[in-house]
Amino acid sequence: MAPPETILDVKDLRVRFRTLDGSVEAVKGINIHVNAGETVAVVGESGSGKSQTMMAAMSLLASNGEASGHVDYRGRNLLTLSKSELNKVRGRKISMIFQEPMTSLDPLYSIGNQLIEPIRRHRGLNAAEAREEALKLLRLVHIPDPERRMKSYPHEMSGGQRQRVMIAMALANDPDILIADEPTTALDVTIQAQILMLLAELQRKLGMAIVFITHDLGIVRRFADRVYVMRQGEVVEEGEAEAIFANPQHAYTRMLLAAEPTGTKAPPPANAPVVLEGRDVEVTFKIGGGFLAGEPLMLRAVDHISIRLQRNQTIGIVGESGSGKSTLGRALLRLLPSDGLIRFGDRDISTADRQAMRPLRRQMQLVFQDPFGSLSPRMTVGQVITEGLLVHEPNLSGKQRDQRAVEALREVGLDPNARNRYPHEFSGGQRQRIAIARAMILKPKMVVLDEPTSALDRSVQKQIVELLRKLQADHELSYLFISHDLAVVRAMADYIIVMKQGKIVEEGPTEAIFSNPQAPYTQTLMNAAIDVTRFRLSA
Amino acid sequence: MLRYVFRRLLTAIPTLFVIVTMAFFLMRVAPGGPFNQERGLSPEIKANLEAQFGLNDPLWLQYVHYLGNLLRGNFGPSYNMPDFTVTELFAKGLPISVQLGASALILALLLGSVLGTIAALNQNKLGDYTVIALATAGSTIPTFVIAPVIQLLFGLTWKLLPIGGWGDGAFINKVGPVLTLALPQIAIVARLMRGSMIESLRSHHIRTARALGLSDWSVVVKHALRGAVLPIVSFTGPAAAALLTGSVIVETIFSIPGVGRYFVDAALNRDYTLVMGTVVVIAIFTIVFNLIVDVMYAVVDPRVRYD
Repeated sequence: MAPPETILDVKDLRVRFRTLDGSVEAVKGINIHVNAGETVAVVGESGSGKSQTMMAAMSLLASNGEASGHVDYRGRNLLTLSKSELNKVRGRKISMIFQEPMTSLDPLYSIGNQLIEPIRRHRGLNAAEAREEALKLLRLVHIPDPERRMKSYPHEMSGGQRQRVMIAMALANDPDILIADEPTTALDVTIQAQILMLLAELQRKLGMAIVFITHDLGIVRRFADRVYVMRQGEVVEEGEAEAIFANPQHAYTRMLLAAEPTGTKAPPPANAPVVLEGRDVEVTFKIGGGFLAGEPLMLRAVDHISIRLQRNQTIGIVGESGSGKSTLGRALLRLLPSDGLIRFGDRDISTADRQAMRPLRRQMQLVFQDPFGSLSPRMTVGQVITEGLLVHEPNLSGKQRDQRAVEALREVGLDPNARNRYPHEFSGGQRQRIAIARAMILKPKMVVLDEPTSALDRSVQKQIVELLRKLQADHELSYLFISHDLAVVRAMADYIIVMKQGKIVEEGPTEAIFSNPQAPYTQTLMNAAIDVTRFRLSA
Repeated sequence: MLRYVFRRLLTAIPTLFVIVTMAFFLMRVAPGGPFNQERGLSPEIKANLEAQFGLNDPLWLQYVHYLGNLLRGNFGPSYNMPDFTVTELFAKGLPISVQLGASALILALLLGSVLGTIAALNQNKLGDYTVIALATAGSTIPTFVIAPVIQLLFGLTWKLLPIGGWGDGAFINKVGPVLTLALPQIAIVARLMRGSMIESLRSHHIRTARALGLSDWSVVVKHALRGAVLPIVSFTGPAAAALLTGSVIVETIFSIPGVGRYFVDAALNRDYTLVMGTVVVIAIFTIVFNLIVDVMYAVVDPRVRYD
C-alpha cells in the first residue's frame, strides 16, 4: 500500500495577537499534518491555541492576529497566498464548520440562498443548477422536506438542523479537508451523537479528511485516527489515537484523561429531614397575545412535577435544552410563579410573595451556569460576595462583612486578596468559585446549581465538583443539581430525575438509573453520552 | 403585517389625543395670551378680539371646540397672522420644509453609510481616523455656525450659491440649506454605521462567509452591510420626523419660508392655534415614521414578525 499522502502540512506555525498589554503568542511554532481521508483530532482545553491554529490556516484570525510559518496545502503555503487565490481554496478545497450553529448562519438570508452562494461561486453553475445541488446537499445531511427548508430562515430551525445546514455548506464543493471546530459542543447530547454519526457517514461517502478541534475526549476516542494534544500553544503529545488512550506519555495528556469526574454520592439516611418539597408543580408561560393580537399560546414548561429534597441530598435534574429543568429549579425557589404546592422546611411557600420570601432567600441560594455573565463587572469580588449580607444581615459592620468575605473565599479555595479585584481578572473556574462563595457566605440550607460546570473545561469541572462535594459534607447542604452532563451528574447526585418536555420520564437512585435505565428516552440519553464504541471503522 | 399596521394606526389615535390634550393645556398654563403682547392694543379691541376667537369661554369649552374643529380637519385661524388659517400656512410651508428635510436625510443616509462602512473596514487605520475626525467635527459644530460659513464661502467669496431665499424652489437655492441640515446627520449616521458595521463584521456568520471563500464584495455588502443597517433604520424614524418638519435655524438664516420657524414664533407669541397645529403635524410625522421604521425592520430582518 502506498504511504498516505499528506495534504495539509502545518510547519512551525506561530500565531500572535497584538493586545494593549503587548504581543501575546497563542500558537508557538507547532507542526501538524493531515493525510488524505484520515481523521485528525486536535485536543486541548480553552486557551490551548487549538482553534487559533485552524483559524490561522484559514486566514480567519481576528484583525489583531498574525500568523507566521507554513500552512502548506498540497505544496502551496496558504499564509502567503493572495486573497483571491486563497478564496479558491477556502470553501472549495478546505472548508470549516464552527462551534456556534445558532449564529454561524446569516440570519437575514434563507437557507437556500446561503447554500447556493458558495456553489455558484466555486463551480460557476447557473442558478437552477446550483439550486438542484443545494437540494441534493440538504438530502445528503438528512434535512427533512428540503424543498420547503430551502425557503426557511436560520431562526426557524433548531441548533442541530442549523449545524446540518452548516455541514451541507461546507461540503458543497466536495472539499479535501473539513475542519470541524467543536462542532457539537453547543448541542444537546442526543443531537451531538446524530451530528457525529452524520459526519462519519459523510466521510465514508465522500472520503474527505476531517480535522476535529475539540475538548471532548469522548469524540476523539470514537472518531480520530490520530491525535494532537495541545497546551498553551504547543503540541505536547501526538500519535495514533489508540496508543494515546492506552498509554499517554505526557503528564498533561494523562491529566486530561483523568479529568472525567469520578466518585459517587451516598444517599442521605431515609429519615433525614425534608428541606424542600414540591408537589404537582406546574409552570405555564404565555406566549404572544395582547391588544388585537388574538389568543396567546400557552406553553407548559413544567408539568406536574413532584420532588422531595432531603438534608444532605443531591438530586440531579437531567434533560436536554427545553426540557424545563432550569424552569423547575427557579419555580422551586419561587423565582417564577407556579401552581402546585411548594414547602420549604415546614413552611408552605406556594403563595409566598417577594416580601415573605425575602428572609427565606438566605437559606435557598442559586448558582448559575455562566460564570462570565452572572458577576457584575463593575463590582469588586468583595462587593459581589458580600452584597447578600447587606440584605440578610444588615447589622454586620463593614469589618465583619469583610471578615466573612475572607472566610467565604478561603472556603472555596481562593486567595482572600481576590476580594479587592474585579471579576474579569479571573478565569472561568475561579469565577465559578466566586459565584459559589457568594451563595455560601449566607450559610444556606440548599443551593440550586444550574449547570454550574457546563461552561468550564473538564479539568476545572472536576475541581468544582470536588469543591461542591466538600462544601456539602462540611455544611450538610442539599443540592438541586441541574445539568445535561451525565458524567458530572453521576459524580454529584445520589438521586436523579430525568426530564423531557416538562415531564419526569424517569427518576430513581443514581446507580439504578445509570445501570438499568427503563424509559427509552433515558436509554437514548445514556447511549449518546457514554457509549464508547467507535463510529468509524476505517483501517 | 397589514393587520399589524392597522393595529398601530389604531393605537395612534389615543396617542394623538393625549398629545393634543397635553399640549392644549400646557400652552394655556403659560402666562399671557395671543393679544396681550407689547402691541399697544386698546382694552376694547383686545376684548373684542378675544370674544371673536372664543377666548373668553371657559377653558374646557374652548378645548371641546378645538377638538371638534380638529376632528373636522380645521386647525382654526392663526391669531397672529389673521389673514391665514393654520391649514393654509402649513399647506404653503410644509412642502418646502419636507423637500429640504428629505433631501438632507437621503444625503445623510447615503454619505453617512458609505463613510461609516469605509471607517469600519479600515478600523484603527488612517481611513477610520479621518472619518471619525470629520464625524466628530460634524456633530460638534453647531448649525448656526455652519450656515453662515456656507453663505460666506459659497455665497460671498466664490459666488457659487445664492446667500439665501427660496427662489421658488430652484435647485441652487436648496444646496446651502440642505448641506447645513445634512452635515450633522451625516456625522451621526457615519458613527452609527461604523459601530454597527464593526460589530457585524465580527459576527460568526461573517466568519462563515469568509471560510466559504466568498468574495469580499459579497462578505461586506451582502452579508455584513444588511445586518449593520438596522440601527440606521431605527435612527431614521425620529430623524426623519425632525428633519421634515423644518428647522428654525436653517430656515431663518437662509430666509426659507418653511414651517420650522412657526413653532418658535408661535410659541413666543402665544399663537395657540398655530402651536397646536405644529404639535399635531410633528406628532403625526413621528408616529408615521416610527411605523415605517418598524415595517422596514421586518423587511430587512426575517426574524422580526409582527403577526
